Amino acid sequence: MSYSDYTVGAPVVDKAAPDGPIETRWERRKFGVKLVNPANKRKVKIIVVGTGLAGGAAAATLGEAGYHVTSFCYQDSPRRAHSIAAQGGINAAKNYRNDGDSVYRLFYDTVKGGDFRARESNVHRLAEISRQIIDQCVAQGVPFAREYGGLLDTRSFGGVQVSRTFYARGQTGQQLLLGAYQALERQIHAGTVNMYQRHEMLELILVEGRARGVVVRDMVTGEISSHLADAVVLATGGYGNVFYLSTNAKGCNVTANWRAHRKGALFANPCFTQIHPTCIPVSGDHQSKLTLMSESLRNDGRVWVPKQLGDTRKPKDIPHSERDYFLERKYPSFGNLVPRDIASRAAKEVCDEKRGVGPSGLGVYLDFDDAIQRLGRKAVEAKYGNLFEMYERITGEDPYEMPMRIFPAVHYTMGGLWVDYDLQSTIPGLYVAGEANFSDHGANRLGASALMQGLSDGYFVLPVTIGDYLASNKLPEVGPDAPEVVEAEAAVQGRIEKLLSINGNRTVDSFHRELGHIMWDYCGMERTEEGLLKAIDLLAELRREFWNNVKVPGTGAELNQSLEKAGRVADFIELGELMCLDALHRRESCGGHFRAESQTEDGEAQRDDENFAYAGAWEYTGAGSAPVLHKEELNFEYVHPTQRSYK
Amino acid sequence: MKVNLRVWRQKDPVDKGRMVDYTVEDASEDMSFLELIDVLNEKLILSGEEPVAFDHDCREGICGMCSMVIDGQPHGPERSTTTCQLHMRKFNDGDTITVEPFRAGAFPVIKDLVVDRGAFDKIIQAGGYISANTGSAPEAHSTPVPKAAAERSFSAAACIGCGACVAACPNGSASLFLGAKLTHLGEMPQGQPERWERVVNMVETHDDAGFGGCTNTGACATACPKEIPLDVISQLNHDYLKATVGGRKK
Repeated sequence: MSYSDYTVGAPVVDKAAPDGPIETRWERRKFGVKLVNPANKRKVKIIVVGTGLAGGAAAATLGEAGYHVTSFCYQDSPRRAHSIAAQGGINAAKNYRNDGDSVYRLFYDTVKGGDFRARESNVHRLAEISRQIIDQCVAQGVPFAREYGGLLDTRSFGGVQVSRTFYARGQTGQQLLLGAYQALERQIHAGTVNMYQRHEMLELILVEGRARGVVVRDMVTGEISSHLADAVVLATGGYGNVFYLSTNAKGCNVTANWRAHRKGALFANPCFTQIHPTCIPVSGDHQSKLTLMSESLRNDGRVWVPKQLGDTRKPKDIPHSERDYFLERKYPSFGNLVPRDIASRAAKEVCDEKRGVGPSGLGVYLDFDDAIQRLGRKAVEAKYGNLFEMYERITGEDPYEMPMRIFPAVHYTMGGLWVDYDLQSTIPGLYVAGEANFSDHGANRLGASALMQGLSDGYFVLPVTIGDYLASNKLPEVGPDAPEVVEAEAAVQGRIEKLLSINGNRTVDSFHRELGHIMWDYCGMERTEEGLLKAIDLLAELRREFWNNVKVPGTGAELNQSLEKAGRVADFIELGELMCLDALHRRESCGGHFRAESQTEDGEAQRDDENFAYAGAWEYTGAGSAPVLHKEELNFEYVHPTQRSYK
Repeated sequence: MKVNLRVWRQKDPVDKGRMVDYTVEDASEDMSFLELIDVLNEKLILSGEEPVAFDHDCREGICGMCSMVIDGQPHGPERSTTTCQLHMRKFNDGDTITVEPFRAGAFPVIKDLVVDRGAFDKIIQAGGYISANTGSAPEAHSTPVPKAAAERSFSAAACIGCGACVAACPNGSASLFLGAKLTHLGEMPQGQPERWERVVNMVETHDDAGFGGCTNTGACATACPKEIPLDVISQLNHDYLKATVGGRKK
């Protein structure tokens, strides 16, 4: 039986969200949870893996509540988690602009923006909590941009027509993460959180089917150790690095999630990946990552390519009448501010027509000339100065003089471990927060919504819902000598020894690059039946070659960056196979998932609600062995699915 | 382009360490400095040698993890630029470039170019926060913040905690890092209640961690990739003086 001969198992159902009016579901859920007695909280241990917005906020808040928290991150400090790199902003339905915004509108925009593949209950809760997040961050001293009167400034972002994005210059993620990090450090000082830096989670420990701990590797000494707890939270981010080149940090990986998936947690919608339209194009084979230019640039920049094929004139020498402002032309009401998936695909289209710009032909212009004329250079500098500098540093070109060249790049992954309304995975006691779960963005995430979701999960949702599990279940004591623990540790040791012993002819990076090429070519901006079947074969072959021919120098008992990467790439290859299968089985286009076979007459994504209005959650059955699909039917009681139109 | 590298190699914290010469023949001017090291490492691995260990993560100048002293300067010759954002077009064909870790008493070397900057987290733990438990916050607009204060606060909060200031300082002081956090929080109305306690506790922790005192050379602000202004150290001294001499603490 081949990998693509998957079977369909029992549906997966969210039992945690209450029925009834959506406006009060979260209120009612909060009232419905069992509470842990404050005096008992310090006897309860919770492990949180990852210290980004979701993990950092969760660990800090659980610590404040009095739980005994153990937190892990692979970086040298929790402050370096990749949330720090988010530029643009964070959405909140504050309606400070009096422009007609509301919780309901944010909810509506997010469900629609996600192309009707998200769970309504979760999205409504997210929109409700968005307002509290801003309050919380301001109280922590996050230096948001302000108006002259001292009140908070906002800006607009792709996919919406109100101004609800709060920001701190082009470094909003950094400032929000530092807020969460400082709250976390405060709890470390208070003794409620034990922090382990430079530790990587390599296995999940299950006892009687429940998540009871993790096996980690100390990345400095190589020591393998087990940590036990009453519940485990994974807040380990997205898996964009499966494409090798992405806007993710180099260390971002799927290993924690994949280890949990292998132990039974369903992985939902893995093929839903977001390709961000405004990134700096690839400059050569040495390229190790791609750099995002904030979406906020599309507020004032105009995207264009020459009308004429093979026009090699300098951009300044091409008159306006000979430029194709293709987003404004195709989508007059949203113009340059169409959602990310649409902007990316439009750029790909003009490049496929050979009208792309730059040495590789894989680029389009993002031009600020009009904005500079209209607002003056100073105003443009004040808004985007740091982004312009970053662009110049990387490309050697001055965007005040010459339009930026941009091209889409992998940026965010909407898929992730399946969770219910409580953020609990299909493994009892295993919770998943932030980008690591699949929950709120459907098939496409709107700009400035990732920070909102991470903080909503971490500060406000998880600390409430996890209490229900802890209060409702009597968990037996698990000691370090329990067979499940010993076995998990042995598995980690065995895998490390295996990786070190192969001693083949190819470096880990060379495998990772090849994996990235396969994924980008066949599971990138446009996917076809034929391409995906081919990719599945190529990946199976790559997996076999990896385990026979990878070369990992050094030993396991020291700081060994090649070994760290090898374990991650091995998991990425298996994930890549699942992504291609998910993309293959979903014979519709929706959001970031564009199947060439399913498009409207004018080339827009064609959803198939009759057959695919579900989240596809996959069950692992072994490497290379056909997985089992469990469907969560999505019901749209409030926002009725329509063909998304931004024209 | 061809570049010669002299790289600090140190097996572990107890190894004495030494400079080792390498040549990369096929560098490109579009490469970042870290991509140059990537290329070197690929070659080392295939020839059976240990690759050079170095810290890095976001590679877009914001996480603060990369930390190399290049030709004697933390993060290299380009102003306001982290190592990961430094590109080879700033160098010439045939150059010999020295690469060392961020050295300071409070930053022990772990391996090759990787150092332990855990002391920075300790300083933050001592008071680099505003105590506001989740859920306790008032409506965001209940406390307006003058735009100028928000701007100054932001400029200080832009610190990425990389430690270049410490590596540049002849005295191994972290005063710029310390002053940046104190200015970020001290400019905000929300930061006032803990302001005096915060400065005293953070300064004590800074000193205990083995960082030196500030001797006003300004090397820190020159090396800072985020242009944290030197006046945050004046702010630090001002607040510390007020907190201790003024008897506000305790």
